[in-house]
Amino acid sequence: MTVWQVVLLAGIAVLALKIAGYLVPPAVLEKPRISRTSDLLTVALLAALVAVQTLGQGQAVVVDARLPAVVLAAILFALRAPFIVALVAAALCAALLRAAGLAV
Amino acid sequence: MSPTDSAAWRAALSVALPVAAYGISFGALSVASGLDVWQTSVLSLLMFSGGSQFALIGVLAGGGTGGAAIAGAALLGARNSFYAMRMASVVGRRPIWRTLVAAHLTIDESTAVAISQPPGRAQRIGFWVTGAAIFIGWNATTLAGALLGDLLGDPRAYGLDAAAAAAFVGLLWPRLHARQPIAVAVAAAVVATALTPALPTGLPVLAAAAVAVVVGLTDWLGRREP
Repeated sequence: MTVWQVVLLAGIAVLALKIAGYLVPPAVLEKPRISRTSDLLTVALLAALVAVQTLGQGQAVVVDARLPAVVLAAILFALRAPFIVALVAAALCAALLRAAGLAV
Repeated sequence: MSPTDSAAWRAALSVALPVAAYGISFGALSVASGLDVWQTSVLSLLMFSGGSQFALIGVLAGGGTGGAAIAGAALLGARNSFYAMRMASVVGRRPIWRTLVAAHLTIDESTAVAISQPPGRAQRIGFWVTGAAIFIGWNATTLAGALLGDLLGDPRAYGLDAAAAAAFVGLLWPRLHARQPIAVAVAAAVVATALTPALPTGLPVLAAAAVAVVVGLTDWLGRREP
């Protein structure tokens, strides 16, 4: 599959999911089991992405400069720092650790 | 303008501006993941859902298959269906062209601002102003970030790989408000990490989604309703 095909198919899928929500009868939303599972699905995927993006390198699990950077970002989010501030801090942390030779 | 109208405008713009600004990081990370400037811009224009966009470039950057990237983006986008069901009563289902535009603008932030306003006009202002402002800002900053990222070179030297992981922390954080989502987050992270050496790239993330389905359907660790 080319990158263009992935971009277009995924884009259409996400847009179709939004449109589908306007077409279903409102009663489906009232089912707590469905809305709860949807909320938890988002949480699980985001948490899994945090783990894989922090520790994964292809199929290997490695600890490098990303880990302290992500911990710093989590602390900043806990302190209610703006999104962009936490991201820049994480990037700077990893970049400085690498430049100083303290981490790969 | 009534006080509730101007409160809705203020809420919409104060949410939209910082969110739009981090399109910069999406654009830069996307070109670092191997997409070109055009592909990056089309993602923000067509998909227009931050979590799904970051998921797609994350899977591709890790060497995952196209199928895994599409599945990851779509599963993360599934929550937009529920926002859409909720917003249908705010924006209405007719005329059809307006509903289609509303569907495209139905994301975390436009839904959150709308439902935090009093019902009626203020909710509609909250939805449309937040959605439109983020759409314009997100696409402009995505393009800027993609052009900038192209000039930067090796993303690791700037810690951009760490920023990508931090972006998911930022999207996750506001959702960890109770015991159940925290337990699911920890379990999903452990499952994804444990399966990383065993499964092709992209699939551990999808496998971790099973944790949510099991806990969601059984309501394990759920709040007991009084």
